[in-house]
Amino acid sequence: MIHMAGVTKRYGPFTALDQVSLDVAQGERIVVCGPSGSGKSTLIRCINGLEHHDEGTISFDGQTLYAPGVSMTRVRRHVGMVFQGFNLFPHLSVIENCILAPKRTRGVTDAEARDLARQYLDRVHILDQADKHPGQLSGGQQQRVAIARALCMEPKAMLFDEPTSALDPEMIGEVLDVMTDLAGTGMTMICVTHEMGFAKRAADRVVFMDRGAVVETAAPGQFFDNPQSERAAAFLRKLLHP
Amino acid sequence: MPFDSEVFWAALLSPGYLKGAMITLSLTLISHAAAIAISLPMALILNGSNRVARTLVSGYVLVFRAVPQLLLLLFVWNALPQFIPAFRAPWFSPFLAAWLALSLNEAAYQVEINRAALRAVDHGQGAAGVALGLTPADVFRFVVFPQAARIAIAPTVNEFITLLKITSLASVISLQELMTVTQISVARTFQFSEYYLAALVYYLVMVFTLMAIQKRVERRFAWAGKGMAGMTGAS
Repeated sequence: MIHMAGVTKRYGPFTALDQVSLDVAQGERIVVCGPSGSGKSTLIRCINGLEHHDEGTISFDGQTLYAPGVSMTRVRRHVGMVFQGFNLFPHLSVIENCILAPKRTRGVTDAEARDLARQYLDRVHILDQADKHPGQLSGGQQQRVAIARALCMEPKAMLFDEPTSALDPEMIGEVLDVMTDLAGTGMTMICVTHEMGFAKRAADRVVFMDRGAVVETAAPGQFFDNPQSERAAAFLRKLLHP
Repeated sequence: MPFDSEVFWAALLSPGYLKGAMITLSLTLISHAAAIAISLPMALILNGSNRVARTLVSGYVLVFRAVPQLLLLLFVWNALPQFIPAFRAPWFSPFLAAWLALSLNEAAYQVEINRAALRAVDHGQGAAGVALGLTPADVFRFVVFPQAARIAIAPTVNEFITLLKITSLASVISLQELMTVTQISVARTFQFSEYYLAALVYYLVMVFTLMAIQKRVERRFAWAGKGMAGMTGAS
């Protein structure tokens, strides 16, 4: 589904991604973790082209990004993304947030888009807030709306960029529950998160990154109990005993 | 000479004053509308990455902010027909000359408001629109523009009020707007206070109405709830 080979991304003299290769099969759930500045967010932002990588190749569902004839706008319609800061559109109601992109890009009618939106809002347990504006919701509710908004495009894969980092502790659970549910449906997911519970529960593989490189890839149980690299071990120690 | 309230009321209710005020208001409206239409693409260029286009727009802003409106009005009305024969035709009225001059001038001010408003929209908003697969045009139209417009309302109404008063300068090119009508009446009768006060009432009513409209529009754009959702620090 997602194939990355030798992907490098630089910001001026700083190398954010250094020769990263990663393959994600359909239905696979990946958790990406690592210290801040290790390139986790850059990695997933390269997959949907929010950042344009400098070297290497990335392909999604058989389409090579930026190849002639490949429209990034079209590729993005199949890749959902959830941001740390939610990024809901504050001037639109919850349901309007969910129907905007489907109506503009998938040729569905207003009624069809609303039906679909209600279905996904129900799945993230927030249908009763459909007519409110994002500013009236809690952080956890906003993030669940953001997940529903992305799902309304019926994407083939979902990217999560630290979806719970901006949340108060008591709201993290409700968002992780929704993500765990989603993982159970066979959705291809790449989640940048430090939530070890979620990784153990829902992930097939944990990818550990440091200084722009993939240092270690392992099943969650193995990674958390018996990390192979010293850098991963040090990171986990800090995560457990900050 | 005592204040003659009859003269005041007669002036206030005269067709001449009403027509003058209508000219003032309509000139302001169409000048500001044109200025917004010109300045929006200019703001996008200034926030964009095209160096040549940016330099051109910056030059425009510099020139039209530097030129006094009075000079610009006189130039467009008197000097432009010298260069461009088409403007010597009878259709080129003082109203059109004032519209052209004030639009060009106002655009140079409005562009800064637009630019600041567009920049004030959180970067994550555009990223979310792009990530959803919206085209760049749709991201601007449905995501960035509505949020920038809300930010721009108050300073834009401010500009509009300033422009409303600047239109009085068009009296120098014989446009029969409110101040021209007032000055003619005063010159005829030397009853300063009556005619000035009548003009003041018109300006007050126009500005008050505008401010009321501004309040309504701002409420309309307040989007239930306060806060800007999605403004928490994106990575």
